[in-house]
Amino acid sequence: MTTTTPPTRPERFFADRFGLSQSRLEALVGSAASRVDYADVFIEYQVAEELALEDGVVKRASRTISQGGGVRAQAGVRTGYAYTDDLDIRHLEVAARQAQAIAEHPGESGPIAVHGSPRPHDLYRLALAPVEADLTAKVALLGQVDRLARAQDPRVRQVIATLASIEQTILIATSANWQLADVRPLTRLNVTVVVEDGRRREIGSFGGGGRVAFDYFVEGERWARFAREAARQALVKLGAVAAPAGTMTVVLGPGWPGILLHEAIGHGLEGDFNRKGVSAFTGRIGERVASDLVTVVDDGTLPNRRGSLNVDDEGTPTSRTVLIEKGVLRAYMQDRLNARLLGTGLTGNGRRESFQHPPMPRMTNTFMLAGEEPPEDIVRSVSRGLYAVAFGGGQVDITSGKFVFSASEAYLIEDGHVTAPVKGATLIGSGPDALTRVSRVGHDLALDEGVGTCGKDGQSVPVGVGLPTIRIDGITVGGTEV
Amino acid sequence: MAGQVLTAGAGAEMLDRLEDLLRRARAGGAVEADAFMVEEELQTVQVRLGTVESLKHARENRCSLRVFTESGLASATTSDLSPGALARLVDESVRLAQVARRDEYSGLPAREALAREVPDLDIWDTDGHAMGVEDKIDWARRAEAAALETDARVRNSEGAEFYDRQGRVAYASSGGFAGGFRISSFALSVTPVAADDGDMERDYWYTSARHLADLESPEEIGREAARRAVRRLGGRKGETVEVPVVFDPETAASLVRSLAVAASGPSLYRGTSFLIGQRGRTVASPRVTIVDDPMMPKGLGSRPFDGEGLPSRRTVLVDRGVLASYLLDTYSARRLGLVATGHAAREDGGGVTVGYTNLYLEPGPWAPAEIVRSVDRGLYVTELIGFGVNFVTGDYSRGAVGFWIEGGELTYPVEEITIAGNLRQMMQDVEMVGQDLAFRDQTAAPTLKISRLTVAGQ
Repeated sequence: MTTTTPPTRPERFFADRFGLSQSRLEALVGSAASRVDYADVFIEYQVAEELALEDGVVKRASRTISQGGGVRAQAGVRTGYAYTDDLDIRHLEVAARQAQAIAEHPGESGPIAVHGSPRPHDLYRLALAPVEADLTAKVALLGQVDRLARAQDPRVRQVIATLASIEQTILIATSANWQLADVRPLTRLNVTVVVEDGRRREIGSFGGGGRVAFDYFVEGERWARFAREAARQALVKLGAVAAPAGTMTVVLGPGWPGILLHEAIGHGLEGDFNRKGVSAFTGRIGERVASDLVTVVDDGTLPNRRGSLNVDDEGTPTSRTVLIEKGVLRAYMQDRLNARLLGTGLTGNGRRESFQHPPMPRMTNTFMLAGEEPPEDIVRSVSRGLYAVAFGGGQVDITSGKFVFSASEAYLIEDGHVTAPVKGATLIGSGPDALTRVSRVGHDLALDEGVGTCGKDGQSVPVGVGLPTIRIDGITVGGTEV
Repeated sequence: MAGQVLTAGAGAEMLDRLEDLLRRARAGGAVEADAFMVEEELQTVQVRLGTVESLKHARENRCSLRVFTESGLASATTSDLSPGALARLVDESVRLAQVARRDEYSGLPAREALAREVPDLDIWDTDGHAMGVEDKIDWARRAEAAALETDARVRNSEGAEFYDRQGRVAYASSGGFAGGFRISSFALSVTPVAADDGDMERDYWYTSARHLADLESPEEIGREAARRAVRRLGGRKGETVEVPVVFDPETAASLVRSLAVAASGPSLYRGTSFLIGQRGRTVASPRVTIVDDPMMPKGLGSRPFDGEGLPSRRTVLVDRGVLASYLLDTYSARRLGLVATGHAAREDGGGVTVGYTNLYLEPGPWAPAEIVRSVDRGLYVTELIGFGVNFVTGDYSRGAVGFWIEGGELTYPVEEITIAGNLRQMMQDVEMVGQDLAFRDQTAAPTLKISRLTVAGQ
């Protein structure tokens, strides 16, 4: 369909299609910015396509188009936000007046700081957007995934494979007198395998993707690795014994187990919680919050990564922010509002799910830098503990700092050797404490495959995590075996 | 279009547009089709430490079309309701249907199964939304002020929020159904932060209702939120033991939700549920009866018909321990050789899934205090975090917050612990059911005592 062809110049896209020319947007922002500190407009057009295979055939196919604009006006701590899913300029003007009226707060506003137009990155330019790739090829790939997963073992009973592709075109115009646009592709292939051996039934899942073209899954037969890995994980779990319960030494494998960082420290370092003084990390910049082996960064500038952005949703170019340097807390992640109120610089972490939501500080790709040890030596150093290599989701209580993340593939370590697989178990720890117990860091840093979605205050955004193999001396494992 | 037009206040104009869309879908190659349209208006007010931090106002629309062709099916959704965009919906869905294959079970419900009336469930508040923004700010301020005044240890706040939304929903299918209804919701919540001795804890409390007049007072909400935050101060990490565990009503409701997921049609036919083949069998203690009732007047999960136009009716999911029914939409019912229970819910992309409505565990004979008193040594759970439920096996492991019970009394707060077991065993181990069922949310349960779970701490 021509209606969803990706615009080569996204600025032109909204002008041509909706009559939202540069001068009209300037006037729009101008009306929102009267008697406030700052105003901006976020215009979005998103196409999302999902294909889902089960029982060996694609049974669900859907395509969703959502479009709209959000207008924000800020004065002091006040934010007025109004949005409309009608991109007619008249509706946007109404939203702009509403936002302005909401935020207006005469007497408190300082002068508006005028910055030059930011220079965005160019991290995910693609020859063909994943939403535009040939449907027949996508369906064929899902069929290959199904056949290969089933061929892994006669105990495979069901394969569910989904291919989701998104293209978000955005335009941001601000009262600081600049406008910029971005086209953000995103795609993900997920494979879920159900196995049964007559006594037990289990499930395994694996997937990946990023801001990449459809061909990414074909290159190096990534699809095949995903299918085999999902089946392998399910089969391993069929033989799993009860997980241990209590506080013990845990070795985390590389990649997705980096969700530890996202939950244990990531959310607690978001600027809004610290501006409000409700984070367990509030006021702790410069203090030791991790062992000196630990350096953690949030980096939105990695090419083609799921959590990367050329600019955040307020138009600030993303950056690489060192959050923890050799164990010492260095920085929070900021959006425009909280950076201004805390008097710190922007970090490019102002993100939002869509035009329906105002931005807030969010992570991009959060990972720990590699250490020096061979991962085998780290496992060998443990006499009794848990080796966890795959995880489901996690959650954190920002204020108390308590966080959980749930292992879906884990093994016992006995006398330095990885032994029996154990059933899934939730791990729980305390954010300001957990990373002080990191006693060994491997040289095998890996980023996750590109499957993460983070939820905060009802808004979901794609994120990445990463970790080398690490050893934590004491975290609580929520098994059943006392 | 044959079939009676049924409305409980939804615009005939919306239904006309859907009928037009269905006509075009059939002209475009669909043998069957259904479509729905939602129009909503919402406002959110956030106050923190007495100051308005955020006001949000919006109108939202969306329309979804699902088509069945001879060989395929697909759906398309748009937030642009212009005639051109609706015409493109037909093209998009028919094009997608060429690559997705339908099977012998797919299709719309039989005409005779469709709802013949749209009952008025009193889920739209005709005048509550006229409340002015200054009044909404005032409610949020009062809730937060009450939290801050209740206890000197409540010194900070993540803020209070007042939220209201009203919408119109219309659904039509080529099978002969066209109906709609209006819907309202109101909510007030506050999240205070208590601090003492370097320890900092947050908690929250809320009230939500279909009618503004049914919200609890801001002061009650604020005081309860403060009480919940303060009581968590000084939490300790418990030991690792197997003990009886008492779930408060909020956490008990989460167990009921997990059971409903496992009893949902798609989980069953995909083989991802521990309840496969258990219909008619004992899956819980005889003290457990679980009901889903979409017909509850003013219910937060009530709706007059399901996502495929089937009539809403009360379903007993678990009857005194016996799994009496699954939750089924038309497709999953046909695949399982059963009759649909009217639990079709529509996904954002326009597809059909299964969703519960007002889901609750029926109250039992015990006062909550008697339940706690029956425990010599155990855990009282007030909050669960994380996603540690394996619906295929029932294996359960989640982070918990609560109080240690010693000699039948709540003693000190505990935190940074997990509870673990297996959901199926947990439902069978329900030893006491409280009297304290209250519908604060779409799902509800009274206080529950489970005879044995593993608590992991030190």
